Amino acid sequence: MIGMNGYQFYWSIVWDSLPLLLAGAWVTIQITILAFIVGTLIAMPMAVARQQGEGWAYRFSTWWVELSRNTPAVFQLYLFYFGLGAFHINIPSYAAVLIAVSFNNAGYMTEIFRGGLNAIPRQQLSASRSLGMTSPQSFIHVIFPQMFKVIFLAYVTQGIWGMLNTSLGMLVGLQELSGATQYAQSASFRTFEFFLVTALIYYLIAKGLQFSSQIAFRLIYRS
Amino acid sequence: MIRISNVQKAFGSAIVLKGIDLTVEKGELVCLIGASGSGKSTLLQCINGLEPIQGGEILVDGISVHDPKTDINKLRQKLGIVFQQYNAFPHLTALENVALAPRVVAKRSRAEARALAQKNLEHVGLGDKGDSLPSQLSGGQQQRLAIARALAMQPSYMLFDEVTSALDPELVGEVLETMRLLKSEGMTMVVVTHDINFARESADRVAFLCQGEVCEIGTAEEVIDHPRKEQTQKFLRREQRKPLEIVRSSVA
Repeated sequence: MIGMNGYQFYWSIVWDSLPLLLAGAWVTIQITILAFIVGTLIAMPMAVARQQGEGWAYRFSTWWVELSRNTPAVFQLYLFYFGLGAFHINIPSYAAVLIAVSFNNAGYMTEIFRGGLNAIPRQQLSASRSLGMTSPQSFIHVIFPQMFKVIFLAYVTQGIWGMLNTSLGMLVGLQELSGATQYAQSASFRTFEFFLVTALIYYLIAKGLQFSSQIAFRLIYRS
Repeated sequence: MIRISNVQKAFGSAIVLKGIDLTVEKGELVCLIGASGSGKSTLLQCINGLEPIQGGEILVDGISVHDPKTDINKLRQKLGIVFQQYNAFPHLTALENVALAPRVVAKRSRAEARALAQKNLEHVGLGDKGDSLPSQLSGGQQQRLAIARALAMQPSYMLFDEVTSALDPELVGEVLETMRLLKSEGMTMVVVTHDINFARESADRVAFLCQGEVCEIGTAEEVIDHPRKEQTQKFLRREQRKPLEIVRSSVA
């Protein structure tokens, strides 16, 4: 096929590498889901701590948010991969990407959750505490379920953003989708074809995340 | 028995309670009346430990509410509270609202908690509303739901914090009716209210709070019909004037 300006497209070479790309996509999906879960679990207590406005937990989570939001994600990945390596703590690239994306997710999600918590009347906490629930019980059963409803769109957007961030794995030699693409195209130099197909796969994964989260939302909130 | 002795409470530099003494006997209904800002709602929130105090002591069945060694979550199971803003949990159905604390706090099984919830919903006349979300209920129904939710923990005491103040006038009756029902069953109740008529009919004793102190306390007949203190007389004159009369007098 001849494209504009005489560029000659060769698709068959991409087709031949598809198993490699899909294997990379599978790694991308794994890290995306794990980092989403880990980020969420860390962000929930950190958002509560941020609301306190004082104490060591507040200072800890504030620093986390400051670092993760105000530095490039690639810097954060290098910190965990090469930075720890400098102290002779060598972690596999898979773990480094998972930690870095979780770290980044947790920081952004903390602020998203905090906005959601602010939208819930304080009296909800008084009401649940007055029934004899402990503070963690109140948050788990009363506050967080309402919070997730409020912040749902921003939350899913962050999940997708985290998925795109996994592409940094390419820089530390991880064969996630971008890494696999980089590897495959370097043998053939059909850069344009490879990255077009890869972009399409990223798009499909993002859509898959979006649809599955919408279904989950309807099931959980009966709306 | 609830024994409140010399309780002092401040928000920053604003002193709200200046040494309150009050005892509520088992089976008694005590109404707290007084102007806005007199500290009556604050006092109620101190009784179940939602608000810390700066001095004095509150004993519930002999257990000190504000003693750090007290298991406050356990003590709160004895003290049901209903708020002015109904505070139903909006993401849960009426039945789930009531079943939540029995399941999570009292560690009952899911089936037991649901049965208990259904029983309490029926008790407040919401037996057919179990599957409704709070947003599908009227204000009066939501307030009765809040009562059922508190009752499901089988408390020994019920605290009511201006529970009819946020309701449309035509919905007040059904909530007061539920409170009278509890009274007839022998529930011990502390009721903060602006509803002087309810206090007159239902209260065993009425306490008039004024500027953070119990200004006058006695039977409804004593405090409402024959108040001795000048502040009480003034307050009751203002309170009992119908809104329409106020409008008329301001126009005239």
